[in-house]
Amino acid sequence: MELSLATRTVDEHTVLEVGGEVDVYTAPRLRERLVELVDAGARNVVVDLGRVEFLDSTGLGVLVGALKRLRAASGTFGLVCSKEPLLKIFRITALDQVFPIYPSVEAATSTPDDRDGSGPTS
Amino acid sequence: MATVRLSFSPAPVHVRTARLVGVAVARRAGVAEELLDEVRLAIGEACTRAVALHRQYGLPDLVTVEMSDSDSYAVRVIDHAPIDASIGLAKLPPDELADESLTDEALTTGVGFALLAGFVDDLQVRPVADGAGTEVRMVWPVTRR
Repeated sequence: MELSLATRTVDEHTVLEVGGEVDVYTAPRLRERLVELVDAGARNVVVDLGRVEFLDSTGLGVLVGALKRLRAASGTFGLVCSKEPLLKIFRITALDQVFPIYPSVEAATSTPDDRDGSGPTS
Repeated sequence: MATVRLSFSPAPVHVRTARLVGVAVARRAGVAEELLDEVRLAIGEACTRAVALHRQYGLPDLVTVEMSDSDSYAVRVIDHAPIDASIGLAKLPPDELADESLTDEALTTGVGFALLAGFVDDLQVRPVADGAGTEVRMVWPVTRR
């Protein structure tokens, strides 16, 4: 299946839903979209990998590039992934220690206070 | 002797074709269903590496993938880049992966090798017998039906 990209906003976060195959052929389109989002001012970016069927080293390189770009812009970058085959790829490459990986978009877009259970600050 | 041999011009668009063929032949050879995702990823990584090297050196030569299913499922991905076969075969430590000084190419190469080494138990990377180039050889067990 070809790459699909769709963007939506959840609270303060820009969520990029990725579907299909992310490989050496399609990864440049993912990179372009992420660069466009950051250039347009997005600072809290979440990439939802829920519908990704294939992800290779080129795709991983693009995700690391986005993480670096957002760090440099004092932003945040997180991934949503709950599929075991994809999680294994992050473990084998040690990239699970580099990316914040959340099981759902809700978990990725909640504030840190929500996540640790102390509730939102007023 | 190869059961199936595929040669393709070094363009990213053809790597998907190589993956699809590689998995189809693996399934036909009797590789366990639960290993097919790993076969797909590993063949993709080896072909991506070959395509990147040919483009880096401006080589129009075809990249070759040979699949053979005699006792096990063996896949050889052959490039013709004039480099030492061991170049780029280093797993990057986690603290260097997001380091600002690491180029995208070096990151992708290091991550690609980590995936190959992590998913293929029987992996060999060696110079081709004749001329310049590297052969990445991967072997998976088959279950005879």
